[in-house]
Amino acid sequence: MKLRAKLALGLLALAVVAAALVWWLNLRDEADVKTTAAYAPSESLLARGAYLARAGNCMGCHTARGGAPYAGGLGIATPFGTVFTSNLTPDANTGIGSWSAAHFWRAMHNGRSKNGRLLYPAFPYTSYTQVTRQDSDAIYTYLHSLPAVNQTNRPHALRFPFNLQPALAVWRALYFRPGAYQPDSGRSAEWNRGAYLVGGLGHCSACHSPRDALGGIRQSLALGGGLIPVQNWYAPSLSSPHEAGVAGWDRARIVALLKDGVAPGASVSGPMAEVVLGSTQHLSPADLDAMATYLQSLPDPGPRPAPAPAGAPFNGERAAKLYAQHCAQCHGEQGQGVANAYPPLAGNRAVTMASSENLVQMVLNGGFAPATAGNPRPFGMPPFVLVLSDDEVAEVLSHIRTAWGNQAGVLTPLEVHRIRANQGR
Amino acid sequence: MKKNSPLAARLAAPAAMAAALWLAPGAASAAAPFEDTLAQRTLACTACHGPQGRAAPDGYYPRLAGKPAGYLYNQLLNFREGRRHYGLMTQLIDPLSDAYLLEIAQHFSSLQVPYPAPAPAQAGADVLRRGEQLVTRGDAARQVPACVQCHGQAMTGAAPAVPGLLGLPRDYLNAQLGAWKAGQRRAHAPDCMKAVVERLSLEDINAAASWLAAQPLPADTHPAAARPAWPPGSPAMQCGSAPLPVARAGGAGEPR
Repeated sequence: MKLRAKLALGLLALAVVAAALVWWLNLRDEADVKTTAAYAPSESLLARGAYLARAGNCMGCHTARGGAPYAGGLGIATPFGTVFTSNLTPDANTGIGSWSAAHFWRAMHNGRSKNGRLLYPAFPYTSYTQVTRQDSDAIYTYLHSLPAVNQTNRPHALRFPFNLQPALAVWRALYFRPGAYQPDSGRSAEWNRGAYLVGGLGHCSACHSPRDALGGIRQSLALGGGLIPVQNWYAPSLSSPHEAGVAGWDRARIVALLKDGVAPGASVSGPMAEVVLGSTQHLSPADLDAMATYLQSLPDPGPRPAPAPAGAPFNGERAAKLYAQHCAQCHGEQGQGVANAYPPLAGNRAVTMASSENLVQMVLNGGFAPATAGNPRPFGMPPFVLVLSDDEVAEVLSHIRTAWGNQAGVLTPLEVHRIRANQGR
Repeated sequence: MKKNSPLAARLAAPAAMAAALWLAPGAASAAAPFEDTLAQRTLACTACHGPQGRAAPDGYYPRLAGKPAGYLYNQLLNFREGRRHYGLMTQLIDPLSDAYLLEIAQHFSSLQVPYPAPAPAQAGADVLRRGEQLVTRGDAARQVPACVQCHGQAMTGAAPAVPGLLGLPRDYLNAQLGAWKAGQRRAHAPDCMKAVVERLSLEDINAAASWLAAQPLPADTHPAAARPAWPPGSPAMQCGSAPLPVARAGGAGEPR
C-alpha cells in the first residue's frame, strides 16, 4: 500500500474513533425512555413541582415578553447566535404534551430532546443534570398541569458551525458530563441542600462563572464571577470578598437580598433583579437559609488581583462637578447614600470591584430594584444615556471609584462606548 | 384635587426639580432633601419626562402629569409586555409589579402641572381644515369616528383610560399614530385605536396631528369623567384595557 493511502486510512480510523468517542460521551448515563418507570403524579408532587419551577426560574426564559407563560419564544442572545426557548406547556403538537416523565428527565439530566436532538446549553442542563429524578418528575407534573398553549417553537438562529448537531456533540464531549449531586457527608444537611439548589436548579454558575471562547465553564472557576456575554452585565464572584462573596455577611442579610432584592447597603440590579423577581423571592425561608449557608462556605479565591494600571488620568475637578450635579442629590456628597433608598457608593463592592461594566449599565440605563413583597415600592435611578457623553460617564465613574477611600481602577471613554454601542433599542 | 392646592404644588415640586436638573445642570445640587414619597421614588421617570414632557435627542418624552391613571397604567404594561417599543423604558420598569405600576400611574395622574402654550401651526390651511374635520367630526364615508368621540369633546381625555390629545407636539402625535399604523404600537386587544388608524392615510394622520398640536388647552384640563356615549345608530367600537391589579391574583413576579 502506498504511503498516502496508509495515511488516509489512518486518518479515517482516527476520525471514526473520535466520532465514536464523541458519540459515546454524548449517550452515557442515559435512561431508557421506553421504560414506564415509577412515575406517579400526585397533588403534593404538583405543588412541589410548582415550587421547584420557581427555584429553576423556568418561566423567566420560557416566556416571551408579553407572551403566554411557559410557551417559550424568548430569544437568548449568545456569542454564537440566538437561541429561542421552547414551549413547555402540555400542548401535544407544539409543547411537551406528548413527552413522558422519562423524556423530560432525559432533557434535564442529559440535555437531549424527546426527538433525540441534542439541546443547546443555553438551557442550563450542565447544572440541571444534578437535579434528582424525583424533582424532575415534580416539575414535569407541574408543567403538565398548565394550560396547553399552541405555539410552535421558533428555530434557533445560530451561526455556522454552531447550528450543527455534530458541533454541539463535540462541545458536549468537551464540557458536559451527566452527573448527580453527591452529598458531602462532612457537611450539614442544610449545607448540602444549599449546594444542591445553588449548583442544580438555581444554575447560579451559568452567569456567575467565567466562560471560555467556546462558552464552556471550567469547574474550578465556577461561581468565580463572569461577564454575561452580549448582555454585558458582570455577574460578580460569589466567593471573593472583593466582589459578592458573603462569607463575612450575617446570614439574615444574605437571605434578605435574595428574598427582598435589597439588604442593608446592598441591592440587586440588572439580570439579578430578574432572578429575585422570578425565582428567589418565592423560595422558602429554609431553602434561602440553606443557600446562604452554602454560599458563606465558598472558599476565598485568594488575594485580590492588582487593580488595572490607571489609564489616562481623568479631569478630577470636572468629574467631581459632574458628581455634584447628577449624583450627589441621591447618593450623598460623600457617597454615603440614603438608608433603604439609595445605595452608598463609598466602600461599596459593586463600585470598587475590578469589573466596571455594571456601573456603566446603571449610569446609562438607570434602573429599579425588583418590586418584591419585602420591598414593594423600590426607588429608581434615572437613565443618563441621553444626558452624559462617554467622556462624562467615564469621568464621573472614575471619580466614584477613587473618592472617599475607594481604590479601584479608572475608566476610559472607550469602555463606556463599548457598552453604549451594544444596546439595541 | 383642586388646581393649585398646596398638596398638588408639593407633589409637583420634585418633578419641577428634576426638570431643572435637565435644563440647567449647573444650578443643580442645592438639592431637595430626601423624602419618603412616590415623587422621590419616581425621579427615574421625571428625569426624562420632565413635568410637561420634554424633547430629547432621540425623540419626545410625553408629559405624564394629569393623564388618566388607567391610560398611564396601560402604557406601562404595554412597554413591559412588548406592545410598545422603547428599550430604555422597558428595561427600566421591567422588575416592577402591576400593583406598583398602578400606584405610579395614579401618582402622575394626580399631578397638576400647567401646560405650555401650543406651538403655532406650520401646516397650510387645507391641511388644518382636514385635521379639524377628522378630530371634531370624523369621516363618515370612511367610517372614521371623530377623535372627540372617545377622547372627549374638550380633547382632554376621558377617565379611566382614554388620554387627552392636547399639549403634545405634532411630531410626537405623528410618530404615535404612525407607529400604530405600522403595528409598532399596540394597545390591549381589542385594539380600537388600531382599527381607526388603519382607515387613515398618512396625510390624514399629519392633518389631525398638525391641527391638534396647535390647539390651546381649555381652562379645565381634567379628563372627562366618562367616555361620551356613541351617537345612536353608529356601531360602537370595542376597546380593551388592562384589568386593575386588585382584580388579579398575586402581583410581583406573576406570569405575564
